Amino acid sequence: MTEQVLAPMNRRSLFRMIGMAAGSAAMYQAMTDLGYAGESGYSAPLKLEGDPKGASVLVLGAGLAGLTAALELRNAGYKVQVLEYQHKAGGRNISIRGGDTVNELGGFTQHCQFDPGFYVNPGPMRIPYHHIALLDYCKRLNVPLEPFSIINYNAMIHNSKAFGGKPKRYREVETDFRGYVSELLAKCTSQGKLDQAVTKEDAEVLLQALRAWGALNQNYEYKKSGQVSNHRGYDVDPGGGLSWQPTDSEPMAMAELLQSRLWTGLLTGHEYEYQMTMFQPVGGMDRISAGFVRALPPDMIKYNCKVTEIKQDANGVVVSYVDSQKGGAPQTATANWCVNTIPTTILSQVPMQIGAPLKNAINSLSYSAGFKAGVQMKRRWWEDDERIYGGITYTDQPVALISYPSTQFMQTQKGVVLGAYTFGPHAFELTSLSPEERMKVVVDCGAAIHPQYRTEFENGVSVGWHRMPFTLGCFAQWTEANREKNYNALCAIDGRMVLAGEHASHLGAWQEGAIVSALDAIKRLHQRAVAA
Amino acid sequence: MKSVFVGRVFGSALLLGLCLSSGAYAQGAGGGRFGFTEQGGEAIFKNVCQGCHMPDAKGAVGAGMYPALAKNPKLETAGYPVAVIVNGQKAMPAFGGMFSDQQVADVVNYTRTHFGNNYKDKVTPADVKAARP
Repeated sequence: MTEQVLAPMNRRSLFRMIGMAAGSAAMYQAMTDLGYAGESGYSAPLKLEGDPKGASVLVLGAGLAGLTAALELRNAGYKVQVLEYQHKAGGRNISIRGGDTVNELGGFTQHCQFDPGFYVNPGPMRIPYHHIALLDYCKRLNVPLEPFSIINYNAMIHNSKAFGGKPKRYREVETDFRGYVSELLAKCTSQGKLDQAVTKEDAEVLLQALRAWGALNQNYEYKKSGQVSNHRGYDVDPGGGLSWQPTDSEPMAMAELLQSRLWTGLLTGHEYEYQMTMFQPVGGMDRISAGFVRALPPDMIKYNCKVTEIKQDANGVVVSYVDSQKGGAPQTATANWCVNTIPTTILSQVPMQIGAPLKNAINSLSYSAGFKAGVQMKRRWWEDDERIYGGITYTDQPVALISYPSTQFMQTQKGVVLGAYTFGPHAFELTSLSPEERMKVVVDCGAAIHPQYRTEFENGVSVGWHRMPFTLGCFAQWTEANREKNYNALCAIDGRMVLAGEHASHLGAWQEGAIVSALDAIKRLHQRAVAA
Repeated sequence: MKSVFVGRVFGSALLLGLCLSSGAYAQGAGGGRFGFTEQGGEAIFKNVCQGCHMPDAKGAVGAGMYPALAKNPKLETAGYPVAVIVNGQKAMPAFGGMFSDQQVADVVNYTRTHFGNNYKDKVTPADVKAARP
């Protein structure tokens, strides 16, 4: 107890004490009261207690943050109006299907040619199991989910400068890397080099573990064997009868494996944000925003509104906007409060009556580049020829990865793969090309791994996020230093207005960030409103 | 017209070249290089800048706008585009970490002498270095 008094009491140690004193039910109650049980700050559907007494809220932007705010504020009794720049809701929560038109800035227009039933998610495409606010909304809004395959042991890892440019299977890279690391560590252990770090008893257990984990032989060597093939796969798989004699596969040489850096392709699926199980909505990511829209009155969202100015005083906000398609004279909308989810790339250009801290915070944020391309293939060759069912292939080429569809295995003749998903310099470069030039790069890069791209490519559609008229970028690019300096100011209520969106969260680029940011913002706004 | 066409083909050919021989290898989803490998103002403009400022450098307008670099009087003071590229400004990301001093100087010099801009004074890599934070 003395230690606990001396140590600064953090929330975890507080919970531990409550748990010991009152049992786990009380602990859970305490945790949810403090908003800590939920992995992303979310624990249960928001309950806004207290009467807003007819107060009105203007929500700017009908992406997931705006839709969340609109739904919850309406449920709490507010009069809600949403202004949206596009002709549809969803923001970055979108899917592109055959017949859709993609209009990028600069007059670049694409008409998606996918067959019926196919789509690509050019924005978010996967949902972690711990993004429980988003998962909860999917449940409440009847949006069916299915698994998104993140790791596929039979998918590829490719470096154009290693192994003669030939891709390796994930299972081969994973097993070999695990095997060699185990062998080296076993060597150190048996040679007594770890005596300082582990006891003799622990060293014995460690050796057992390394042998099992690394598929090592009785001499603690990682070498071609049936046991190794049982992890990395065979040259000839075991079969039946007399015709199929299993043939073991040969591990890669350790030095070549290390230098190839193919091991970098092992990391993503092990990170918290990408661990299995991941989800995707059945039929396309935009099923989520469609679910929100279904739950709102049909006239609540006003489309084609380009916000041009935001004024506020002690009583409320006045937002000027023009028709984003036709232009014309500005109109105004007024409300007591405003939830503003417009990306800062755009907001920094809108005249607003706000304080310097918020203005500086908005001006401090630029957006990352992001690029994606969906490619329709004449047949599902990745399944038929290569037995790749879902999952992701990683490459050092500009497209960065190929993500195979997680659904419809062997059910359709054709299929759509995600042929590019890249950030950073490659995303800027691909964005700068015309849609036709981009698709040439996508096919060339794909063909370096899968020659079938050359013959089976049918059509494709791409999105360079800096050319999307409604975001001017992919997601807010926080640095640690800037977050330290400006994050609190960005999230703080300024007069009658509060910002929300992935940019106002610690879950940047994730839909969960947009939602929990909105929930947090309206909770604070509501406290002010009922106190007013 | 011809030069634009040649430039664009060159642009994508350069990118295709990268497709086979890109630099540092990083993991997929966050992937790729951390810097640009294009050399020369034209290649840099066509592979990077025109993503937002557009192939004709006239910018674009959506919910917000990308400013035109064509006939832009703000380019008169060479230090201005240098500072904006290196340190960013509002929606414009800071590119200082992704370009060498030479690359910034080259693309500034290219932009200040094309698209209806005709400024004679040149920016040097030393000027760029001085603009870095």
